[in-house]
Amino acid sequence: MVETKKSAAPKAPKGHVVINTERCKGCGFCAQFCPTGVLAMSKGFNLKGYHPPIIADAAKCSGCGLCGMYCPDFAIYGVKNGRKPESGDL
Amino acid sequence: MNADPRGVLTGSHFLDGDHAAAEGALAAGANFSAGYPITPSTEVVERLAGRFPFTGGTFIQMEDELAASIAIQGAVWGGSKALTVTSGPGFSLMMEHLGYGIMTETPFVLVDVQRGGPSTGLPTMPAQADMMQARWGSHGDYEIIALAPSSPQECFNLMIRAFNLSEKYRTPVLLMMDECVGHMLERVVIPSPEKIQIEPRRYTRKGPDEQYWPYSLEECNNGDLVPPLTKVGEGHFPHITGLTHDDRGYPAMNAKSQAVLLGRLVDKIRNNADDIITIEEDGTDDADVIVVSYGITARVCQPAISRARAEGHKVGFLRLVTVWPFPEKRIRELAGRVSAFVVPEMNLGQIVREVERCSQGRPKVRGVTHAGGAVHDPEEIYNAIREVMG
Amino acid sequence: MSESYEATVTDPVSAPMTCDSNPVEEWLRMDRMPHIWCPGCGIGTSVNCFTRAIEESSLDRKNIAIVSGIGCTGRVAGYLLLDSFHTTHGRALPFATGLKLASPKTKVVVYSGDGDLFAIGGNHFIHAARRNLDMTVLCVNNFNYGMTGGQVAPTTPEFAIASTTPYGSVERPFNLPYLAQSCGAVYVARWTVYHVKQLQRSIREALEKPGFTFIEMVAPCPTLFVRRNRLGDGLAALESYEENAVIKNGADTRECDLGMGGPIVCGKFVDIDRPSYLSNQVAHLRKVLGDRYVMPDAWQGVVQ
Repeated sequence: MVETKKSAAPKAPKGHVVINTERCKGCGFCAQFCPTGVLAMSKGFNLKGYHPPIIADAAKCSGCGLCGMYCPDFAIYGVKNGRKPESGDL
Repeated sequence: MNADPRGVLTGSHFLDGDHAAAEGALAAGANFSAGYPITPSTEVVERLAGRFPFTGGTFIQMEDELAASIAIQGAVWGGSKALTVTSGPGFSLMMEHLGYGIMTETPFVLVDVQRGGPSTGLPTMPAQADMMQARWGSHGDYEIIALAPSSPQECFNLMIRAFNLSEKYRTPVLLMMDECVGHMLERVVIPSPEKIQIEPRRYTRKGPDEQYWPYSLEECNNGDLVPPLTKVGEGHFPHITGLTHDDRGYPAMNAKSQAVLLGRLVDKIRNNADDIITIEEDGTDDADVIVVSYGITARVCQPAISRARAEGHKVGFLRLVTVWPFPEKRIRELAGRVSAFVVPEMNLGQIVREVERCSQGRPKVRGVTHAGGAVHDPEEIYNAIREVMG
Repeated sequence: MSESYEATVTDPVSAPMTCDSNPVEEWLRMDRMPHIWCPGCGIGTSVNCFTRAIEESSLDRKNIAIVSGIGCTGRVAGYLLLDSFHTTHGRALPFATGLKLASPKTKVVVYSGDGDLFAIGGNHFIHAARRNLDMTVLCVNNFNYGMTGGQVAPTTPEFAIASTTPYGSVERPFNLPYLAQSCGAVYVARWTVYHVKQLQRSIREALEKPGFTFIEMVAPCPTLFVRRNRLGDGLAALESYEENAVIKNGADTRECDLGMGGPIVCGKFVDIDRPSYLSNQVAHLRKVLGDRYVMPDAWQGVVQ
C-alpha cells in the first residue's frame, strides 16, 4: 500500500472556511485565534457596517474549525476538505 | 374523564378545610406540589407530602414561595398536574409567578388560605383581605379565575373545579380559602372516582416531526381561544417565555403583539364567564334586599338573614362561589329590582366595590366590614340589613 | 475570497442569513437570527461550546431542556432549538427543579448569567446545589448586568467600575467555584470563552455526570464592563484571558477568587460522587414504605 505523504502537497489546503459576511459583527475573534493565520479582518464593511474577516491565506487552512467555535455570531465555520462537517468536528 | 382512583379517598371523613383541599387536589389528579410552610395553609402541603408517596405524586419543600410558585410551573411543562399553597405574605411573593403562569398559559392551582394582613399581620386568624390582590396582584393586565369555598366539603369540591378550570382555560386558578374554612373540622364526603369528573389536559395532536407552536390556534375550533399544550420530551421544542410573544412563543415586543396576546388572554376568560361563574342564590326572586357574600362570611350571614326573614322582611342571599371573574351580569340584573345590597366581608371593603360598580348607583350598597382576626358578629349583619330597609 | 465581496452582497434576499452547514445551526432557531448580543460578546462563543458538547455527548436531543432566567444570557434559551424555557429573573433553578422532578428522563440545563443566578437567584442556587438534583448549571460570568446597562453584580471585581458603582465597587465578589463546591455541587469547573476546547469538553463531562454540576464561563461584556473599565474590546478581553489564565485542574476553590487584572484560575476543580436527590428519594421511600411506595409514573425505568 502506498501512503500519500500529506506534507508533500503543500499547495492543497486541508480545509477551508465559509464566511457569512452579513451575519458578522466584526469582533475579530476568528482572525485572532486562527492557529494557522488563515484569516484577516477586512477594511471593507458589510451591510451593517462591520468589518468581516477575509481569507488572507487559504492554503494554510487546516479545517480545524476553531474559527467557528469562537465566532459569537455563528458567522463562520471551518471544514476539512473532502468531507462535510459532522458530529464531533469542532 | 373520571378521576384516577389512585388519588381518591372515597368515603366519609372528618376533615378540616386544609386537609379537604389536599384530598381535592389528589382526587383531581394532582401529582406534583412544591410548597413553603406558612400558617394557616401548611396542613395542605403536609397532607400532600404524606399522601403523594402512595399515589405516585411528588412533593418538594422549596426554599421560599418564589421558588415554590415557579417549580410547579416547571413540573407542569414536565407533564404534571401541580399546585402550590400559601397565605398572605407568601401570596405576595407568588404574584410574579402568577403573572408568568398567565402569560405562558400554564395551568396550575394556587391556594391562598387568607389570614389577617398587611405584612405578617395575624398568622393564625382569618381574613378575606386578599380578594383584590387575587384580582390585580400581579403587574400588568389580565383576567383571573378565583373560587371561594365556604366549608371543608367545598374546599374539596372547589379544588377539583379549580383544576378543571385551569386545564380547560390553560390558566392559573386561585382557590381563595380563609383561616376559618381551612381550620374548621366538618364532615367531608369524598365520592367514588367514577362520580368525579376531571377535565383532561388538552395536548397537541401533532407528532414529534410536525411544527407545533405553543400559542397557535390552528388546532382550535372557531372561537376557542385556548391553544393545546405540549410537554418536554415530545420533540416539539417549544419556546416558552414571559415576554410578550407571538403564536410561535417567540418574543415579539411591540404594541401590536401585545394587543393580540393580551386580547386573547383576557377574552378566553371573559367570553366564557358564564361557564366559569358559579353563584348560589336563595330567595332573590322577590327580595327587597340581597345579602352578597362569600367564603366563611357567607355562612356567618345566615343567622342574620333568618332573623330578618322571620320578622317578615324579604331578604335574598347571593353567594359568590366564583369571585373572579365577577358575576357582573347577574348583579346588574338584580340591581334593577332591589332596594339595597348588603355586602359583609372580612376586610375593609373590597368586593363591595364591585357590587357598587355593577349597581351603577341604583340600589343602596352597604358594606359590612371587618378588619379580620375573627368572623363577623351576625348581629352586625342583621343591623346592616335593618338599616338599609329603613 | 477577496476584498471585493461587499460589492456582490448588496441584496439581503440574495444573501440570506443562513448557511446550512455551520455545525451550530442545527441547534439554533435560525428564524430568530441574528441574535441580540453585542459585537464581541462572549455568550455566543459559549453557545458554540455547548452545542458541540451536546452533539458529542450521548444525549438524545428530545430529552434536553434548557432553562434560562432573565438577562443577556437568559436569552440563550430562546435561541436554542430544544425544549426551552425563558423564565423569570433569578428563578431558572426552581423552575428546573420542578421540571426535573416531573420528567427525570429530561437532561435539564440551566443556562444563565451571574446576576440572575447569584444575586436575585442566589438563594435558589445554594439550595439546588445542596439538594444535588441532577442538572447542569452553565453560568456566563461577565461581571455585570449587561441587559440593563452594566450595573454592579455579585461577581463584579473589587474596585471595578459599574454604572451603579461609578467610582468603583467596594464589595467583595463571590468566588463562584468555591460557593458551588461548598454548597454541594459534585462537578465544578471554570473556563473562559477563550478556552473553547476545554470548555466544550467540560460541558460534556458536566452533562453526562449525575447530580448537580456547575461550570462558570468567564466572558467579556465588551459594551459595558470591558469598555467602562478601559479594558479595550471583546477581543482584548479574550487576549487578556489567554494571558492571565492559570490552568490548574483540582485547584483549591478557595484560591479561585477573581480580581481586576489578576490571574484567572481555570480548570476542573471538583468531580466527586454523591447520591443524587432522585436516587436518594426512591431508595429511602422504598426502605421506609416498602411495597406501599408508588413511584411516580414518569420516574419508572429512569430513576433506579
